[in-house]
Formats: sequence, structure tokens, C-alpha cells
Amino acid sequence: MSELIFAIELAYWQQTLIKVLVAAVLIPTTALILGIVFLFKMMSWMQSRMGPQEAGPRGLLQLAADGLKFLQKEDIIPDRADRFVFKAAPVVVLASTFLTYVILPAGPDLIIENLPTGIFFAMAVSSLSVVGVLMAGWSSSNKYALMGGLRAGGQLIAYELPLILAVMGVVIQAGSLSMQDIVWAQADGSMFGFGGLGLPFVITQIVAFFIFMVAIQAELTQPPFDMPVAESEVVGGFHVEYTGFRFLFFFLGEFATAFAFAAIAATLFLGGWWVPGIDPNSALANIVGPIALFVKIMVVAFLIFWFRFTYPRFREDQLQRFAWKYLIPLALANITITGILVVVL
Amino acid sequence: MTVTDSQKMAYVAAQAADARVNLQFETEDGMTLNMGPQHPATHGTLRIVAQLDGEQVVRCEPIPGYMHRGYEKLCEVRTYPQVTTLINRIDWLGSFANEVPFILAAEKLMDVEAPPRAQVIRTILFELSRLGNISLFLGDLGIQLGGITIGFYAFRDREFVLNQIEAATGGRFHPNFDRIGGLKDDLPKGWIAETHRAMDRMRRLCDEFEELVLGNEIFQARTRGIGVIPADIATSYGMSGANLRATGVDWDLRRDACPPGLSYDLADWKVWTHPDGDSYARTWVRLQEVRESTHIVDQLLDSIPAGPIMAKVPRIIKVPEGEAWVATENPLGEMGYYVVSKGDLVPFRVKIRSASFNNISVVPWVTRGVFVPDVITIMASLYFILGDIDR
Amino acid sequence: MPKVPGMVKGLGVTFRTMVETLKPSGGPATVQYPHEKEEPSPRARGVIALHEENCTACMLCSRECPDWCIYIEAHKTLAPPRRAGGKPRQVNQLDRFAIDYSLCMYCGICVEVCPFEALFWSPEYEFSEVSIADLLHEKERLGEWMETVPDFEPYEAGSEAKGKKVPR
Ligand code: SF4
Ligand code: SF4
Repeated sequence: MSELIFAIELAYWQQTLIKVLVAAVLIPTTALILGIVFLFKMMSWMQSRMGPQEAGPRGLLQLAADGLKFLQKEDIIPDRADRFVFKAAPVVVLASTFLTYVILPAGPDLIIENLPTGIFFAMAVSSLSVVGVLMAGWSSSNKYALMGGLRAGGQLIAYELPLILAVMGVVIQAGSLSMQDIVWAQADGSMFGFGGLGLPFVITQIVAFFIFMVAIQAELTQPPFDMPVAESEVVGGFHVEYTGFRFLFFFLGEFATAFAFAAIAATLFLGGWWVPGIDPNSALANIVGPIALFVKIMVVAFLIFWFRFTYPRFREDQLQRFAWKYLIPLALANITITGILVVVL
Repeated sequence: MTVTDSQKMAYVAAQAADARVNLQFETEDGMTLNMGPQHPATHGTLRIVAQLDGEQVVRCEPIPGYMHRGYEKLCEVRTYPQVTTLINRIDWLGSFANEVPFILAAEKLMDVEAPPRAQVIRTILFELSRLGNISLFLGDLGIQLGGITIGFYAFRDREFVLNQIEAATGGRFHPNFDRIGGLKDDLPKGWIAETHRAMDRMRRLCDEFEELVLGNEIFQARTRGIGVIPADIATSYGMSGANLRATGVDWDLRRDACPPGLSYDLADWKVWTHPDGDSYARTWVRLQEVRESTHIVDQLLDSIPAGPIMAKVPRIIKVPEGEAWVATENPLGEMGYYVVSKGDLVPFRVKIRSASFNNISVVPWVTRGVFVPDVITIMASLYFILGDIDR
Repeated sequence: MPKVPGMVKGLGVTFRTMVETLKPSGGPATVQYPHEKEEPSPRARGVIALHEENCTACMLCSRECPDWCIYIEAHKTLAPPRRAGGKPRQVNQLDRFAIDYSLCMYCGICVEVCPFEALFWSPEYEFSEVSIADLLHEKERLGEWMETVPDFEPYEAGSEAKGKKVPR
């Protein structure tokens, strides 16, 4: 808990305030980092370009400039839109992202709220965003937005299942739903009797890792699963009518969610904040932890965005077929085998 | 803002013009989706009206005409040298190829023939404009399908071809280089070697396209068996070019009916066909055509004969009375000009047959029952240039 | 050897390009425009330069221009005779020569038809203006472009075209 670091006893409301502030600062920052590093720089490099160069040193402030630009823009609401729902939708999407950050552990004591059902909570609140997306699609009174919203609805529901099933494998192996316990399980594990490296679950749960990566790609509506926002088909999908800071909300939500999912993947499969060689009980782990987690997140995010910039997109029905016919059976088989092995060994 | 009466009238008139399609579609069940005139997938201002049942297309109709510029009529008030600047802008990605059939038709009427050197260089530039055009198709197809990276690669390597066109003609997009009786100017020094290098780049782009897009399982799932056009349907709709060859019809005007004035017979090359007729086949045929084109250019570059670049033609061009029809295999398909002359400084009538108009006329037939994303794939793989549809 | 799936190959292509872009020997395909510039080829049709001394105000260019964007005004004057004791010649004195670049299609017909070698292409391309009216270049401005006109390139081997010279 945070009071351990500050060594001050804080009242509950003070703690909450600090946590809310941390999250409020953290989320736009993470979105900015991902946006700049991957969307601007890595994508440009992969496309033989240099990316933005003018704003700030080497163009690193470009996204901040863009954010400011969005704030200045006129806020347009379509004439026949359902105004309340239209305004509420981006907030719902962003709220789901905020809530996901609650259970992300960045060190042995650095966690906003160590829920005993952490990963379950994360899965639950992250699927809240589909409500926001549907609201946006429905209230815009635009056919493209409606199609995009419905596509997003179908897709997010279809991929929620393999996502959870993939997580189940990890949960069975760690024996806990708490994010912290999952990290500890990886730190305490051993490979063939050699405990120095611990046991990142990516080794035992490589199938689950694969399914998880595919599913979060779909959850994030990124290529090859970006039909809800496909530019060339539905012209941006559910956020086609949004301008200014409401669009910024969607944008922030998208990248902050990408960061959150990358963090969950890093925690579940790569050992989270834990670094081999550093005693997880020492105070040092609280300092190295966030850095280690950040590096691992960047690795996962690199994978996410690498797929994004390389692949063309599926068609909606192919995507559903892929989820129900291949991913879900595979995930179920993975759970079964994991369960048997855990019992046998 | 106050709306004037004339603005209101213009609006009503525009609405009335659309009324036919709208009525037809909206009186029936289901949802009508208007793609365009401003839609990212139409790269231009083509409007596609689709009647949907869920995401399935019940009926879909392309409505061209938003960019009609009246070329056939404009040509009647432009002298022959001025016409080439105009028709450059029909298929704006392969501009030089637009000039050639018109110039050949005028040459036919005047009974002059370009010297051999001019013919070979003309053929090379013709193929370069084909490369510039189709390489953009390769990139655009990726963009339409969501894989934007190949688009940037295509633009990157296409630059080398455009640079070569610019170095020879002075214009990257609108060369206006072909003249009745030859070419405007000879090639600058070092051009041949540079063009060989550009051809290497194009072949590299083809390899990258094959690895990044064509070989990708997702791409194949999106295109194989989608938008199948059988050979008899293709011929009855008057399709031409790679779209026709992808249905298995072995028909290429460069080989089968090459008009005098182009020297394709100097090179050793092959016409590619694919039996399937689906979106994948169209892409595959175009890719092979780019490869083949680079080989044609390479061979022709090494066999440019010495000699003059211009035949003897009068300074003020008056085309004798008569009519001529010349068609060539342009990047998008068969493009032809029917020129009627009354012995004036200007053509009396010009009829332009451009490939894209016929190629997209098959869209209502081929999009029945497909999904909305497939409409995009089919449109992208049919590959049209809006200027080539609307003229 | 088992076939590498196309999806893996695709990842290889993008990764290779990224490495290529970041390598000092490779670099991006783009140039950072206002800081670095690409050199257009000498034939590039950027802007038309007028060599005023050669122009006889014959109006050919203005007549042949497909969108009639060349404006020429001239009056007749008497020039001193070429030989001593001869009669004074009647010449056209150019009052105004302007090209409206907001209309020009850069087709090159005017340069081609000019019988007195008074018009030249310069590959200079940076003359955009805030106001569209400023794109009307009068003869002083057109004359200034003469400095940027490059020499004509020599021709490729086998050519019989005569080399041309730019008057300086
Ligand atoms: S380049 Fe063409 S359009 Fe421009 S002034 Fe000359 S003739 Fe007219
Ligand atoms: S054609 Fe040449 S000489 Fe005649 S008016 Fe034009 S620029 Fe002057």
C-alpha cells in the first residue's frame, strides 16, 4: 500500500485522492508514450519514414500538440443525435480504461488496489468499454457509426471469451486471481529445478499467451481486427461523428487501454514487476519494479503494434469464425491440459 | 448564414437528380448505405449506393458523374497539340499512356509515322506510366484492406519511376510529351542507366508486395473466391485489361492488336492470365504485369536505335479529313480514341473509350450477396481511376 | 523445409524496413522538406522564365496556351536601324508580359512554340503565395527566374537532336 512508501498514516480519503490523481496523470501519459513511440515513430520507421520532426526534440511532443489541437476544436453534435448518450459514450469508454488501471501492480507495494479477484475485475471492467462503443454507435444517428458500433459489439463479445479462457490457464497455474499473487507465483517458480530465473508463465502457457495476444488485438480493435473502425469501410466506425475533445477521449481510451492490456499481458506472462536477481521483498523492488514492468509492457506493446502495422484486416464473419472455431476450442484445450498437469504434478 | 433562393434551387435540383436512385432503393426494405461521393474507399468522387440486409449487399449501384469534365466536348475546341495536355488528366496516374492512342490516331489520319527511335522511347514511357499506375494499385489495395504499410512502400518505389518520367519529359504527372510524328525531345544523358536502376526497385517492390500482402493468409481469406467474374460475364460487360485477363481470357492489345507506332515486338514478353476471376486473381495478374513490364522496359532500353526523334510534320498541324479509331492497352485496360477530322486545326469529334467505365459497370452484377467489406475489396481489386470513369 | 507462413514473412518485411530506416547507411526514403530539398531534374517544369530581350511580342505563346493564361501587351516603336544609313525598323516593344500561375497547367506548350527562344523552364518550384492574386507573375518576376534556368543537358547516345543553349 502507498502508506508503506510514504511511511505516513493517511486517512482513507487522502489515500483515495492520491490514487485518483496518480491514475489521472498516469493514463494520459501512458497513452502519449504509446502513441509517440509506436504510432508515430515505430510505424514511420517500418514505413521508411522518420515520423514527426518539428514539435519538440525530434518531434516527441507532436502528440501533446495534437491533443491541444483537439481541445481547441469545435464540439459538434449531430442534429439528430441522442445528445445525452452521445455525450456520455466517450466517458464510459474512458471510465472502463481508468478502472482497469486499478489492479495493475507496478511493484510489491505499488498497486492502486490489490483486489483478491484482480484479474477477474480487470476482465470485467475492460468489457465495459463495449457499452460505450455501442452507445456511441447508436446515438450518432449515422449509418456508418451504427455499423461500426454493432461490429464492435459483436467483436468485443466474441473475443472476450478467448481472452478470459486464456487467462484461466494462468490462473490455474498460479492458483490465484490476484495480480500480485500471480507475479509472486512466477517469481517463486523454477525451471527444471533452477529457480534463478523464476518461471515466467509465457514458457508454460505459450498457447495462452498467443490466444491472449490475438484477443487483445481484437479487443483493441486494431488491425487485423479493426473492422469496427475500418477507415475504408465504415469511415472510422463508431467515432465518425465525434470531434474535438470527445474524439480525444476515444483516442486516449484506445491507447491507454492498449497500455493496460499490455501491462496485464506483461504481468500474467512475463512476470510483471519482478526482475530476476532482485529480492522481491526488498525496498529496491519497489523502485526497479515499475521500470521492469515498463520495459516488459513496451515489449508486449511492440508486438501489438507490429502486428497492427503489418496485417490487412479480416472480414467480420471471418473474425467471428476464427474466434468461435479456433481460438475458443484452443483455449479450452489449454485449460484442460493445464488443469490435468497441475493436478498430476 | 442566409441561404439564397438560387442556392435552394441548386439544392433541390441536385436532390431531384438523385431521386431516381434514392426512391428506387428506399422504397424497399432494408438499409440503404450511401458510400461516397466522399468516402475513403472510392479514391475520388464515385458514389456507391448499396441496399443492405444486415451487412449483406442486396443491390449495389455505382453512380459516376460527380467529376465529369466534358473532355470529348473540350477536345473539339482545342488544337491537336493542346488536346494532349487535356487528355493527360483522364487517367491521372498513367498520364503518358493517355496521350499515345490519341496521337496515334492523329498520326494515322495524317499518314505520318514516328521514327523508330521515337517509337521505342514512346513504348518505354508507355510502360513506365503503366508501372507508375499499377504500383499505386498495389499500395492502394493494401490500404483498402487495412494494411497501410504497403501503401508507403508503393509510394516510395513509385517515386523512382516518376523521377525517370520527369527526367525525360519534364512533368511527373502530366508529361505532355508525345507529339504527332514523334516525341517532343530526346532523352537526356544517363537516363537509360537510371531507368535500369528504377526497374530494379520496382522488382523489389513486387517481392515485398508478395511477401507482405499477397502471401498473407488474411489477405487470401479476404480475396480468394470473392467477387468472382466469369469470362463470359467479363466480356459481355466490356471489361478489359488485367480485370479481363484475370478471368482467363488471353487478350492483350499490346500483343494482339498493337497499333503501328509502338514497338512491343522488339521485346520478348508474355501475357499473364489467371483462371479464377476473383479479387485475388486480379491482384496476382497485375503483380505479374508489373514484373513483366519491368522486363519489357529493360529490354527496350538496350535496343533504342539511333536516329531522329521527330518525323517531318508541318509546324501548324492540320489533320486531313477522315476518321480513325486507335486503341491501346493502357494500365487500366483498353483505351481508345475515335477521332473525326474535317481538315481543321481542331478535331471535329472525339469519342474517348476509357477502360474504367466499363470495368466498374460490372459492379452491380458482382456485388450481389457479398458483405460490405467485400464491396471494398472488389472495388479496390477492380481498380478504377475516377478520372478514367468520368472523363 | 516447411513453408514459412505468409504472416510471418510479412512481419519480417516490416521489421527489415525498420532496421533499414534506422541504420545510418540506410535512412528513410523521405526528406525533411523545408530543411532538406530534393533536387528536381533539370528538365522539370517548375516555373517559366522569360528572357525579355528575345521576346518580340508575337503572341504565339499566348494564342497557343490551352487556358489562355498569358497576358501580353505591346506597342510598336521605331528602333534604330541595323546598318548605318538604313531606315529605322519597326519593332514591338513589350509593355506587359504576365503569366497567371493560378491557371497555368505547366504543359509547356508556350515554351515549345516560342519561335524566338524567349521562354524557358526552370525547375524552381517554391513560389507558392498566400493570396491567389500574387500568383500572377509580371515580366520582372518572370525575368528573375532566368537565373535559375539550368543549362540543357546533353542527349543520350544515338540522338540526332541538336543541343540548345540558354541565353545568359
Ligand atoms: S505552360 Fe501551358 S498553361 Fe502554362 S502558360 Fe504555358 S502554355 Fe499556358
Ligand atoms: S511566343 Fe515567345 S516571342 Fe512570341 S510573345 Fe511569346 S514569348 Fe514572346
